Amino acid sequence: MPPLPAVIHGPAPLSWYLILSAVLFALGAAGFLFRRNIITVFMSIELMLNAVNLSFIAFSYKLGRNDGHIFSFFVMVVAAAEAAVGLAIILTVFKNRQTLEIDEVSSLKN
Amino acid sequence: MDSILFLIFAAIAVGCGLNLVLQTHPISSALSLVGVMGSLAVLYLLLGGEFIAMAQLIVYAGAIMVLFIFVIMLLNAGGERRGRKRLWAPWAGAPMVAAIIGIGAYLIQRAAPRTAEVTFGAFQHGNPSDIGTNLFENYVLPFEITSILILIAIVGAIVLARKEIE
Repeated sequence: MPPLPAVIHGPAPLSWYLILSAVLFALGAAGFLFRRNIITVFMSIELMLNAVNLSFIAFSYKLGRNDGHIFSFFVMVVAAAEAAVGLAIILTVFKNRQTLEIDEVSSLKN
Repeated sequence: MDSILFLIFAAIAVGCGLNLVLQTHPISSALSLVGVMGSLAVLYLLLGGEFIAMAQLIVYAGAIMVLFIFVIMLLNAGGERRGRKRLWAPWAGAPMVAAIIGIGAYLIQRAAPRTAEVTFGAFQHGNPSDIGTNLFENYVLPFEITSILILIAIVGAIVLARKEIE
């Protein structure tokens, strides 16, 4: 078996982590825009928050301080609060309208 | 070794993220999101964030996703119906997303310093004791404010989700 190239078995560049974060954020934004199920839209928001967390941790590694870890801890707390309230709102919407399609929940539009 | 671990778990994360966006049934999307969060926890460990990796697994992949799956099961949510007028949206949007990702990756690659590399074990301040010291020395006020935020969220969720009182 030939030896692996250095780019595979060496250390990973920091920019790869940032690019992965950008890719995940773009996927989350695409899901937020394209999906029509309220719960899936909500999960896309969670995906975007996770992508930002990865950026925080990567920059924290580069700077040698753990402040980024604390920021991403706060992001997790806010995401938990947001999930609790958001899912309660989804329950209420479903109770009142019997639908989860965001296109049918448009009373504010007109 | 770090690179190959990064590539494996980044591939899992991106695959699960794509699956999240492309699946029409919410349960499939939720399970894909669990996959994304698990692989991100491994990447946090590679970056030295032991506390954040465990918190990611317990809080995100554990608590929040269980809440999502509870709600999906409670509402008995089925797959999405096909849209009537939005058929052009994925065909126009997918190249745009790819272009944004490409431009972003190029800019990051140019802006990031060449010497910045991630080796496992080089970052030593991610353990719970260091995080707790920094949290309670420099970030006490935000920490207390988050407790009030959680309290407000609990009360709001109960008020929103309770049965109507006649």
